[in-house]
Parts: sequence; C-alpha cells; structure tokens
Amino acid sequence: MSSAPLLEIEDLKVHFTTDEGVVKAVDGLSLEVREGEMLGIVGESGSGKSVANMTILGLTRASNADITGRITFEGEDLLEMDDETLQRIRGNGISMIFQDPLSALHPFFKIGSQLVEAIQIHQDLDDGAARAHAIDLLERVGIPDAERRMGEYPHEFSGGMRQRVMIAMALTNDPKLLIADEPTTALDVTTQAQILRLIERLRKELGMAVIMITHDLGVIAEVADRVMVMYAGEVVEAGTLDQIFYDPQHPYTWGLLGSLTRVDQPRLARLAQIAGQPPSLINPPSGCHFRNRCPHEFAKCTEHPRLEQRAEGGGHSDRCWLPPDRKQELRVVSTGEIGLEAKEPAA
Amino acid sequence: MARYIVRRLIWAFLMLIAVSGVVFILFYVFPSADPAQLRAGRQANEDQIQAIRESLGLDKSVLEQFWIYIKGVFTPLDLPGTDAHGPLYFGHSYQSNADVKDVIFSDLPATVLLVVGAVIVWMAVAIPTGIISAIRQRSLLDRSTMVTTLVFISAPVFWLGLVALYLFAQDVGIFPIFPGIGSYAEADSFLSKCASMILPWLVLAAATAAIYARYLRSQMIDVMQEDYIRTARAKGLPEKRVIGKHVLRSAITPIVTLLGLDVAVLLAGNAILTETVFNIPGVGAETFNAIKRSDLPMIQGITLFGAFFIVTLNLVVDVVYAYLDPRVRYE
Repeated sequence: MSSAPLLEIEDLKVHFTTDEGVVKAVDGLSLEVREGEMLGIVGESGSGKSVANMTILGLTRASNADITGRITFEGEDLLEMDDETLQRIRGNGISMIFQDPLSALHPFFKIGSQLVEAIQIHQDLDDGAARAHAIDLLERVGIPDAERRMGEYPHEFSGGMRQRVMIAMALTNDPKLLIADEPTTALDVTTQAQILRLIERLRKELGMAVIMITHDLGVIAEVADRVMVMYAGEVVEAGTLDQIFYDPQHPYTWGLLGSLTRVDQPRLARLAQIAGQPPSLINPPSGCHFRNRCPHEFAKCTEHPRLEQRAEGGGHSDRCWLPPDRKQELRVVSTGEIGLEAKEPAA
Repeated sequence: MARYIVRRLIWAFLMLIAVSGVVFILFYVFPSADPAQLRAGRQANEDQIQAIRESLGLDKSVLEQFWIYIKGVFTPLDLPGTDAHGPLYFGHSYQSNADVKDVIFSDLPATVLLVVGAVIVWMAVAIPTGIISAIRQRSLLDRSTMVTTLVFISAPVFWLGLVALYLFAQDVGIFPIFPGIGSYAEADSFLSKCASMILPWLVLAAATAAIYARYLRSQMIDVMQEDYIRTARAKGLPEKRVIGKHVLRSAITPIVTLLGLDVAVLLAGNAILTETVFNIPGVGAETFNAIKRSDLPMIQGITLFGAFFIVTLNLVVDVVYAYLDPRVRYE
C-alpha cells in the first residue's frame, strides 16, 4: 500500500463553455487509486463523476472544454499527452465499461469483429490468434457457446450478456485499471449481482484496480475498498467503505444512505428522498454547494468548505462545516427518515 | 428473406396494376380532350374521327377498354383490331405513330447516362463534404460549406442550367470549356457522349449533392454522440478509424435509402428540367413533349415506367437495408 499510486488525479477541473455559460462539470477533484484497489465513486446524475472519469482517457476533449490539473498514470501525465499517445493507453493500460451495454456496442458489427478489433489495435496478432483470444475472453466472462456467439450482433444478446461482452472487450489487453461507469444501472437486479460478482472476481484474478462509478451505494457496499461521494463537481466526502457506511459525515451522504432500500427495515409506503434538484453547474450556490437542499444550513455554510479531515479516524475527509458531535446527533434518524428532515437549526 | 422478397414482388405487381388503373381513369375516362380528335389531327372530318375512334377501341365500354389496356401492358395476349401485342404495349404515339415502348426504350440510355453520372458526381462531392463538415463542426470551413450548399439547394435547376451554359458551354460560354446544348445528339462515341453530359451532370447533381452533404453531416453529428462511438474511442482506435469505420458505417445507411428513391424518381422522368434545358433526348424531355402535345399513350407509358422504377427500387432499397442494418429482419 505504500508504493506510488497507479493513478493520481490532482485538482482536476473540467469546464465546458456553452451558450448558457461555463459548466463546471468537475471542479477541483483529487484522488488516488492504488494497484489492485477498488475505489467507489458515488453521486447522482450531473455530479461530475462520469465526466471526471471520461477525462482520464481524454474522452471529454473538445474545443469547448477547458481541462486543467494533473492526471498521472504509471508516472505519465495523461492530460499532457497528445491524442496519438493517449490512444495507446486507451483500452490497453486503462479500459472503460459503460452504463448501457446495448448502446455501447456498435449495432452494425458482429461481437467477434468488435472484440478482434480491440485486440489488434494494441497487440500484434494475426486474425486467427486474435479470434482465439477473443473466444477465450468471452468464455472467461461467462458467455456460453462463445465460438458461435462471436458471429452474432449485439441485439441478439441479453442485457447481462452484452455487459459481459463489454467487460471482455475491456479486458482484451490486460488493463491495470478498469473504469466501470454505472455498469449495472441498465440491468435487472439479479443480473446486476452477477455482473458485480464477475467484476470482483476478475479484479482479484487479474490484480487490476477498479474505479466503480455509481449512484447506488448498494452497488459498492460489498466490494469497494474506499469510497468518494461526489456532489456538484466536487468530492464532498471520502473515506474507507466502513467510514462512509458507519460514520458518514456529510448530510448528502446521509441522504444517499437513507434512500437505500433495506430489507432489515419495515417496508415503507414511500422511499425517502433528498428534496430539491441537483444544483446548476453553471451557477452553483456560493459556499457549500449542498446548502440549499440541506435543512441543517447555518451561517458558516456561505463559506466554501475545503475537503479535509474533520472526523476521527484516518483517511476520512468531508466538506461539511457542522461540528462532528452535532453531525452524530443529527444523523440518528427513525425509520423512513434520511437525516435530511428539518430540525431545529444548529447553534 | 426469400419469402419476403417474393411477397414484395407480388405486391409490386399489384401496385403496378393499381397505378395502371389510376392512369387509365385519368387519361381515358376523364380525358382532357377527345383522344380520337387528337389522333386525327386538325383537318379531320367526322367520319375519319369516328373511324379512328373505332380503331382505338374508344367505342367499347370503359371496362372492356381497361381490359384491353391491361392485356396490352401485362400479357402477351393478342389485342383486337391490331396486330400489336404486349407485354408493355401502351399503344402508339398520337404524334409520331411510333410504338410507345420503343420510344421509351430509345430514350432510356440518355436518361440512364445522365442519372448514373449525376449520382457519381453528387456522391463524390457529398460524402467528403459531409464528413469534413461534421468533424470540423462550427468551423469556418463548415459554415461556408453549409452556406454554399444552401445556395445550390435554393437555385432552380433551369436557372442553374442556363447559368452553366452561359459560363462554360463551348458555343455560347464565357469560358468555352464543355460541350453545350444539343451536343449529346451529335456525339457518336461513348466518350463524347460523356463529355456532352458534363454540364448536365454538374447541374443535376448540384442540388442533390448539397442536400446529401447536409444530411450526411447531420447524420454524422448524431452518430458521433452515440455511446458506441465513445466505446470505439475508449478502445484506443485512432480517430481516423473511428470516423471512417464506426461513424460512417452508421451515418451512411439512411443515405443509401435516400439514394435508391432519388435514383428511381430521376429515372422515372424527373430529370425533366435538366433534359429540357440541355436538349438531351431522354425520358424527361419526352415527358415534356408528350404533355405539351397531349400525347396520351406516351404519357401513360412513361407514367407506368416511372411507377415501375419506383416500386422496383423501393424493393431493392428495403432488401439492401436489411443487409446494411443487421437489426432489420423481414419475416
């Protein structure tokens, strides 16, 4: 754990200039991923988690994008790289899988040819050898009758099988890091579990690191080593899995935890939810970005909190001004509440 | 697939019979003028007109006439009162007394040469233009290209044709580079025929090339937003391969559909303005003359031929589409 991190992001900012104004999709993100580790990144739509991760591979490069900061992978700065150099890392050192496996596979090309293409970009293999490798990969991700299915098109696969194909494609060149962007969101619950188990198994077998992006804390509950919670383009809380689940510091994290469905609690008429809308990324509220949705807002919240250690326990940081003991008091809620119900304002 | 094609062919045949019926009603049941009178010419007397009426079978009942008409067009059966027989017998031209079928077949080569050449020109212009505009979206090049295409789309063919002649025709042009009006009729080799087609090709292709370029551009821009293009990039494909293979493959598919129908319509006589301006003896020019002179059998024949091209190319497009898009399967 003491060696240099595999991937290190420092103060990453991704801003897009649009007709309406500058969208600050990611605003000062820093993180580290060590070899073989699984990092969970949690947040709702528009929190910047996908943009940040696509930026690692340079997939957000555009004429209207302003990207600053540093992304170091195996000692090289990815943001400094030209497209040609970066292409050698894409799908090779770092792979990515996406939310909707149907739209993520080209509808007009056979699965086999899409896999073989991915192999041959990075490896000097003839067609026969690449094909054999592709079949081997499909078998490894649990697709029965792999040889025949090589000749089929994506629409002939079920959702779970498609995601397995995507995973096989991501694994073609033994990546050091797999970025999984909501890989289970488009799947039904039982398939979700299978895919998560598959990713976890492959991570252990291949020793690769995984960044698991999700809006669902349940997805990473069993598998992540560390968790980062993102809100409005920045990390609001970061810590180990246990710290986030059992000692959450930020009211937004309480909300995410509270809105999980749980089998050990009585079934409620309604799921608890976080009131209000995610803030505009063009004009986020000054100070704490969450304060207009937070019932515990007080005077200090107009000042922008830094991400720093506030609670006890190493490696646990957050962006909430509430004193730690006050947080412990407020987050204790009864069934059906999520810690974001209005209570008497803090002193 | 085979069953689907057979079913479509049967439908196509029924469609042609239906079109024949509509054409027949338009030209015989509600004629704009008495066909016998048209056929007889200006100085004919009542008896002559009556004789012609009988020889054309116009004295028979409408249903009987329709049956004879259908028999002539679709079957090789003998026709009463004439030694001509079908299939493809539409009667004889009121003007030249030539068999309509022969006239159309003699007009077709010029039209086919015009259309095929124009298609090559417009695709050769539209595909690179569309691609470059799409990948250089909002650049100066893109904007100026899109404005230019708008000019060509807005310019009427007859005006563009005259301007082209005025600028480039060998006889009247300011820059006498290309053969001008009527050069097709004088051309004796395939090459000189092609040379005489250069200006017509450009004029006919101009508007369509512009439309296709814009369409391809917008298709490409749509496709570039697709998740699977992001996947292609995430795999590490070079940008050229992403655009040239993954994007183009999806963006070009609807263009193929459009192309099939446009070719059909042009072969059906829709190159009428280009052919008239450049005096090319093709199906379009023939249509123009036939309408001008109320040559009913001629108009009928051309209309049905047109319907044939449209129905056939429609079928071809649908079948080709199934091969281009594996998600499309016909039962």
